[in-house]
Amino acid sequence: MAPGLLWLGVLMVVPCLLILVLMFYERGIYGGIDWNVVTTENIRRAFDPLYLTIFFDSAQIAGLATIFALLIGYPAAYAISKAPAERQTALLFLAILPFWTNYLIRTYAWIVLLNPAGLINNLLVGLGLISAPLPILYNEFAVILGLVYNYTPFVILAIYSALQKLDPAYAEASRDLGASAMTTFWRVTLPLTASGVAAGAVFVFVLSIGNFVTPDLLGGGKFQMVGNLIYDQFLSARDWPFGATLSALLIAIMMILLFVQALTASRARGDQHA
Amino acid sequence: MKFKGLVAAALGAGLLMSGSIAAHAETLVISNWDGYMPADMAEKFKAATGIDLEISVHATNEEIMGKVTASGGEGYDVLFVSSPFAEALNKLGLIQNIDHAKVPNLANLYPEANQLQHDPGNVFSVPYTWGTTGLCYRSDVMKAEPSSWNDLLKPADDLKGKITMLSTDRWLMAAGFLANGMSVNTTDQGSLDKVRDELIAAKRDLLAYDDTTFYSKLVSGEATMVHAWDGWCNYGIAEKPEIKYVIPKEGSDLWVDSIVITRASKNPDAAHKFIDFVLNADNGKWVVENIMYKSPNKAGMDAIDPSMLTSYPNMAMTPAELLKYEQLRDLGDGMKAFSKTVSEIMAAK
Repeated sequence: MAPGLLWLGVLMVVPCLLILVLMFYERGIYGGIDWNVVTTENIRRAFDPLYLTIFFDSAQIAGLATIFALLIGYPAAYAISKAPAERQTALLFLAILPFWTNYLIRTYAWIVLLNPAGLINNLLVGLGLISAPLPILYNEFAVILGLVYNYTPFVILAIYSALQKLDPAYAEASRDLGASAMTTFWRVTLPLTASGVAAGAVFVFVLSIGNFVTPDLLGGGKFQMVGNLIYDQFLSARDWPFGATLSALLIAIMMILLFVQALTASRARGDQHA
Repeated sequence: MKFKGLVAAALGAGLLMSGSIAAHAETLVISNWDGYMPADMAEKFKAATGIDLEISVHATNEEIMGKVTASGGEGYDVLFVSSPFAEALNKLGLIQNIDHAKVPNLANLYPEANQLQHDPGNVFSVPYTWGTTGLCYRSDVMKAEPSSWNDLLKPADDLKGKITMLSTDRWLMAAGFLANGMSVNTTDQGSLDKVRDELIAAKRDLLAYDDTTFYSKLVSGEATMVHAWDGWCNYGIAEKPEIKYVIPKEGSDLWVDSIVITRASKNPDAAHKFIDFVLNADNGKWVVENIMYKSPNKAGMDAIDPSMLTSYPNMAMTPAELLKYEQLRDLGDGMKAFSKTVSEIMAAK
């Protein structure tokens, strides 16, 4: 218990408190904080339409990434859970194999694939399928692709673990009572694995909305997500208080989502016990 | 027996500790960009002076600035930073003056290298490399040679989506300032707003912002013209001779990367010896031949293979030509409005 509390205290409570305090001060000229000025200007600025738009756009991109990751991740997890038991470990291992390579390198690999003179465009042009290279890099499409690629394995793991815990007797009972395979999936399997879906979805969304590497590299730095905005405040604009304000907003959004997910999870558990 | 063993262990630990303290006193901690000095610098310096070097790297000026302001410079002896940051560190009292008597190799520098705007007389910094910022382009693809910053900001139709710009705040804004004939150190709100709007409009025609791989985008053909530091354009020229560099007619900034000694340095004598060592002709030559930047070190520039000056015409710029351009200066309090403007550009769609 105590080591756990220490962990939480040092790595979560203290940094969060720091962020909450920094919000109310003015930046120093060379970074750091001007402790002499207490202000609410940072909060007012964070609600400027310019920055709010970035929050909404980021949520939209993260939301799309989440949907696609679920659409790919659920069937994959389902297929793995239906594979012969001795092959499941190997299949899961393959799903997480990309994590053995550095995130940056995998992202650069996408640049090699997607750029106008890259493998995909050269192949399509070479085959005569298109006449000019498709604009598939340095835009929102590339960013969403990068996020989906990177985070789908988490969805697979979360949903697979929910499917594993699901007693096959439920589905068998449903089929015995005359429901089709489709109906059984929609009305029995999917609702009973909703906690896995929620866990995977929150994972992808939270990691995506705070991501700054993918928008920077695959988006060409042309449009920012909240993560980039915060990164820039600390590392280029040297405006720590404004960076802290944006971080606090982002943390608030994430906490609401995690709370909703926890609620779904406990409801799902409650349903099973009932 | 047990007791003896304990004493021996304690003595041993004591010896080890005193050993490490002695080693520490003879160790200089340097922070530099990765690859910005010879990889065997530590061995060569040790052989020449007997002093150990511990080399740490920073990726950006902001990174080392953050570390040094947080620690008061404690733990570092010598830093490599761009000139506006040297200026800021000096204003903050975090670096010490250079004792010219302890750096005889300062005589290797061009006389012009002693007249830099941010530090005339090299009082608190020593220039390491210098150069300009301009347009790097594919002469075999472009119809005409670019001549103005507006060729970058308001590109012809065939260049749209084939251009990259630097996103590092000072150089991003400098492109807009220069296009309008303003100082690269402008901070008044009206000018900032005007340049902001122009740079937001220019953003729509960019392939990407790129501070690190723009030259390879030229080589691969992804981009036709990029906003570039001259030294980095040389990396492209090395791979594809059709790539050329031009300074637009409105001018450029003169950027200078410099070496400073922290005020917190425990060993300023050794720090001066290190700077003196860096300024020898061999190291000066290494900088030009390997980083492909121009050097304020005349002895080093004189030692390079003369064919470099024809292969990379911007290398042949004279110090007098470089000094025509305005340097990026520390903006002091003006940095607040400046960086807010940059945030607005980066955030805009």
